[in-house]
Amino acid sequence: MMMRSQVTCHTSQVKVKGLVLFLTCVLCLATGDLFAQSISSLELINNAKLYEGKVVTFEGEAIGDVMARGEYAWLNVNDGQNAIGIWMGKELAGEVSFTGSYKSRGDWLEITGIFNRACLEHGGDLDIHAQAIRKVRPGRDVVEKLNTGKRNMVFILLGVLCAVWILKRLKLK
Amino acid sequence: MILRPRLEDVKAIGYYLGRIILALGLAMLVPIIIGMSAGEINPIFDFLIGAEISLVFGLILIKLCFVEKDLSWMQGMIVVSLSWLVAMLLGAIPLYLSGHWKSYLDACFDSMSGFATTGLVLAQDLDHLSYAHNFWRHLIMFLGGQGIVIVAISFFVRGASGAFRMYVGEARDERILPNVISTSRFIWLVSAVYFVLGTLSLSIVAMLNGIKPFNALFHGACIFMTAFDTGGFSPQSQSILYYHSLPFEIVTIVIMILGALNFRLHYHLWAGNRREIFKNIETRTFFATVLIIFGVVAFGLMQVGSYPKAALLFRKGFYQLISGHSGTGFMTIYAAQFANEWSQIALVGMICAMALGGAVCSTTGAIKMLRIGIVFKALKEDLKRIIMPERAVIIEKFHHIKETFVEDKIARSALLITLAYLGLYFLGTIVGMLFGHSFANALFESTSAAANVGLSCGITGVNMPAALKFTYIFQMWAGRLEFMSVFVLIGFIVAAIKGKK
Repeated sequence: MMMRSQVTCHTSQVKVKGLVLFLTCVLCLATGDLFAQSISSLELINNAKLYEGKVVTFEGEAIGDVMARGEYAWLNVNDGQNAIGIWMGKELAGEVSFTGSYKSRGDWLEITGIFNRACLEHGGDLDIHAQAIRKVRPGRDVVEKLNTGKRNMVFILLGVLCAVWILKRLKLK
Repeated sequence: MILRPRLEDVKAIGYYLGRIILALGLAMLVPIIIGMSAGEINPIFDFLIGAEISLVFGLILIKLCFVEKDLSWMQGMIVVSLSWLVAMLLGAIPLYLSGHWKSYLDACFDSMSGFATTGLVLAQDLDHLSYAHNFWRHLIMFLGGQGIVIVAISFFVRGASGAFRMYVGEARDERILPNVISTSRFIWLVSAVYFVLGTLSLSIVAMLNGIKPFNALFHGACIFMTAFDTGGFSPQSQSILYYHSLPFEIVTIVIMILGALNFRLHYHLWAGNRREIFKNIETRTFFATVLIIFGVVAFGLMQVGSYPKAALLFRKGFYQLISGHSGTGFMTIYAAQFANEWSQIALVGMICAMALGGAVCSTTGAIKMLRIGIVFKALKEDLKRIIMPERAVIIEKFHHIKETFVEDKIARSALLITLAYLGLYFLGTIVGMLFGHSFANALFESTSAAANVGLSCGITGVNMPAALKFTYIFQMWAGRLEFMSVFVLIGFIVAAIKGKK
């Protein structure tokens, strides 16, 4: 009887341990997912104090210039709402091939790094110090298509302008 | 009895308006050159369309309204107030055609914000805007800061007295040189010299900060134009935060302060009279208000611990303060940070700085230092009268190029304009509150618009109600022209409707 109850107790202990292990795994996975999920610029800026000093993941398009500063570089990344400055090592910056401008779509990057509401190293800027960068989508050059409607409008208005100019000259003479 | 305006009034207004529109149309050729050098195609079409419409409109007005008479005071004032509205409408055409503005109203908002050197922005996806359009945004700020009419006076307007009437109508009542056309050209000379020096300095700093040479030169020129003309547009959506650079911030602070100084003071400094800067009531008042308000802002930021170190607090607080006080509107923080991280007292400090502005006959908006100085001196004189024995002779003087007595007429004029500005600030605040914004935020945004500053706490946005957009457009326009020409235009319209022949 005693033996039986000990066996039952041992089985239930194993079950509890298994449950604890399972829950821990679920929690770890859930937490892992939470960190991997990218946070929008709006969320970061509006709740800057909440994320201060934490590792965050931010996604967006590289825009403007990659500004090399010694062994590091600044890159501004825009997620469609705001652009945030990313401070990164030169080797990470080297992975960026396209930056957004009128003539190009920048690389779409996923940045994981430490978020600073008022960075001590960079004069109080709100920035992210990148630890890892992943290129989600490569950028590309944008080929500008000729807008024929605008071109035609230019010629029509040019005609009108010439006509008005001639009329004005005639009147003056 | 109100008299209905005569046909010759309308013709004179139309004729001079036509000449100003011609100048605007020709100004649109500059971004075409920029677009060509950057290899852009469709943006060039946008500007050709804008220029052609302007030239056609201008030529028609000149032809239909041809007059040989000079402008009267009333006509000059109306030409000025209408020029700014027409410039807004025409200047918005290439912006709207770019597709970066959601509606023509939004393009007009940014156009007025540019011409009035405000700096509030409704553009979408600014980081992908063409070089041509981006340059135009900055150029209109430069033209507006110099004064649209100054541009026309310098190159296109004959008749010195008519030119002077328009010059005054554009909120510049100080003649630096005996002739107003020479004065306008001197203003251009000052600006051109600073343009070269400022653009070079900013470009070099930008290159040292890792920006490619072409972009560095482009950013240097654009940022100079909007810093010196205390406008606040910038080529990228993050304003000055984009550069992450202390040297860049320092250079822009110097340029903003130079832009906030009176052109007459520049003239005296250039002529070797350097002591004037220490004696002038405007520079003294500016120095005093910067110190006092920085104390308030710093206290407010310390109160809520916005910045963990004094150096950071100084860098962020002082930059936004100079930007607000000079009426520029450059930012090194996000708009939402004003509302979320700055305390109410720091915001009050910023509102005061924006409401005061820079010097008269400069490129800044708002009440301005000379008026603040005069009102303060008049108050001091009145207090002395109460305290001192009745027989005592009390005289207050102020130094602005020369010593001047604080007469009742001068004090009254300064106080009236001050009251008009306060009224304009509150008008926008009430409208903002009607749309559900808090008093502090509505006052902040309204003051920023009416004082032509351009700092935002987040109210200005593409989804802002149209009525609020119209309100801010009106505030930017009336604030830039300092009311008189706006009042004259309103009077003219009333006379046209109700007046008798």
